[in-house]
Amino acid sequence: MEADVLVDLKQIEKTYFRGKEQVKVLSGLDMEIKRGDFLALMGPSGSGKSTLLNLLGGLDSPTAGSLIIEGDHIERMSRAQLTRWRARHVGFIFQFYNLMPVLTTQRNVELPLLLTKLSKKQRRQHVDTALQLVGLQDRAGHYPSELSGGQEQRVAIARAIVSDPTLLLCDEPTGDLDRQTADEILQLLRQLNEQQNKTIIMVTHDPIAAEHAKRTLNLNKGALQS
Amino acid sequence: MTYLYFIWRNLLRKKIRTLLTLLSITVAFILYAALGTLNYAFNMGVDLAGADRLITIHKTSLIEQLPYSYVNKVKSVDGVASVTHASWFGAYYQDPKNQFPQFPVVADEYFAMYDTVVLPQEQLQAWKQNRLGAVIGTGLVDMFGWKLGDRIPLQGLYGRKEGGRVWEFVIEGIYDVKEGEVADTRTLFFHYDYFDEARSFGNGTVGWLILRVDDPAVANQVALEIDALFANSAAETKTSTEKVFMESFAKQFGDIGAITGAILAAVFFTMLLIAGNTMAQSVRERIGEIAVMKTIGFSDLSVLLMVLAESLALALCGGLIGLGLAWLFIGAVAGNLQAFLPGFAMPVGVVFSGLGLALGLGVLTGMFPAWQGMRLSIIGALGRR
Repeated sequence: MEADVLVDLKQIEKTYFRGKEQVKVLSGLDMEIKRGDFLALMGPSGSGKSTLLNLLGGLDSPTAGSLIIEGDHIERMSRAQLTRWRARHVGFIFQFYNLMPVLTTQRNVELPLLLTKLSKKQRRQHVDTALQLVGLQDRAGHYPSELSGGQEQRVAIARAIVSDPTLLLCDEPTGDLDRQTADEILQLLRQLNEQQNKTIIMVTHDPIAAEHAKRTLNLNKGALQS
Repeated sequence: MTYLYFIWRNLLRKKIRTLLTLLSITVAFILYAALGTLNYAFNMGVDLAGADRLITIHKTSLIEQLPYSYVNKVKSVDGVASVTHASWFGAYYQDPKNQFPQFPVVADEYFAMYDTVVLPQEQLQAWKQNRLGAVIGTGLVDMFGWKLGDRIPLQGLYGRKEGGRVWEFVIEGIYDVKEGEVADTRTLFFHYDYFDEARSFGNGTVGWLILRVDDPAVANQVALEIDALFANSAAETKTSTEKVFMESFAKQFGDIGAITGAILAAVFFTMLLIAGNTMAQSVRERIGEIAVMKTIGFSDLSVLLMVLAESLALALCGGLIGLGLAWLFIGAVAGNLQAFLPGFAMPVGVVFSGLGLALGLGVLTGMFPAWQGMRLSIIGALGRR
């Protein structure tokens, strides 16, 4: 594996059981993602994009194959080990933001830091930096219900980057936004990729969104298409 | 932000629902404390009962009197160490509402029998020298503000030979409970001789006999012998240990323990359903949020503990508020009930068992939703397949 390869997938297979029926979602997938990459994953519904993102994020384990991220064999980890690994290495950005409605912007962003040993002051500094990066310092005291969709997604991005993860995984991050707001969010992601050197993997149906990525891979019936 | 803050914010998610659940838990604990206190008050005599003391009453009922001659006859029974007697006087002070126990007794004998109370020697002597003398407990001092030397007129159940029902006493002593002991301090004791000579009926009788046995192990045998001694007489007796006597006395009002137990079981079973439903609903509503927390890196255990902490906080808050309000309420009404229930004060045991119950309620109501949260599959909850 090359030194700058962050993610290395070899012969990844994923099979689900729907009742007694066996459904093969990913079959013999090979892929390498370099550090600092911004990859768009596209494909029709049911092509295995979300399943692949689940595997990359340590939310699920492959049925077969090897999945190495930053030297860690993800496929060998237990459920508890995966939980700890996720906290350290991955930031998630969802289509519907998934913020905690009972917490303010500031506290939503601070949430992942509860899992660290940072002091209150250090946590505050991290949160301020993350909010500054997404341009929401002036909304720190607002609750999600007081924010627009675009602002909510910015908070979600701040939450994803606050613990300085290796990998940012975005699942349709602009799927719930209008074009203009979507462009702003994509600009922000590109900025994080270029200026902060964050490795981003983004699942999207939107070709315009995919254009913001450095490269695009198409997935169909569980296999990559060139 | 701390975990506690997050738990607190989650509790306030649906303020009205949380408030209503909290209120229902509070009411349940007020009821628990009030009934627990009532039960304690009714059974207080039982707890004060000595293991080596026996009580002999008329076989028919406590109201029937025993001939005074029984005192000496019982003294002669093998195994009996000492005997004294007491009678029900049933008077009130100024107003029929101001009732409290008064017993005509033999000064030396009675206070030797009940050694959990302490009366200064000089006051005992002063009492013995004054035919109209009486001693009272510190509880009565608190109730009526009486002091040594006060002349107390009581309206008696018994008429006086010389006419009228007013009995006058001079307070010659104030007894208190020995440190570390428990005893009723709201009783007035006066001389049996004075009572028996002055009363217009029932002369030469006593209410009940109190005796101490040489060895508590043979108490039941002594009781049988005493009752056999008076079998087939005009006044047959029923002798039992003081504990059994007190229990049967308390049960005149019904089995308070069973009644309060049944009410509380029903109340807490209902509470279990109400609070359990609230917690289950609260967790169901945020399945997605819990899944996101797990995605971020919160462990299964931390999710379990957070949900459990919410239900515990709810139950403990409700419990503490309920017990606190009950304490205030009981303190406010205790004065009016002292004549009938001298022990009507919230015992520490009720507070601790209440807190234990709140803890149990919190764990039981939070256990299932917490377990559900812990076992939650991120992929299933977020629909990510």
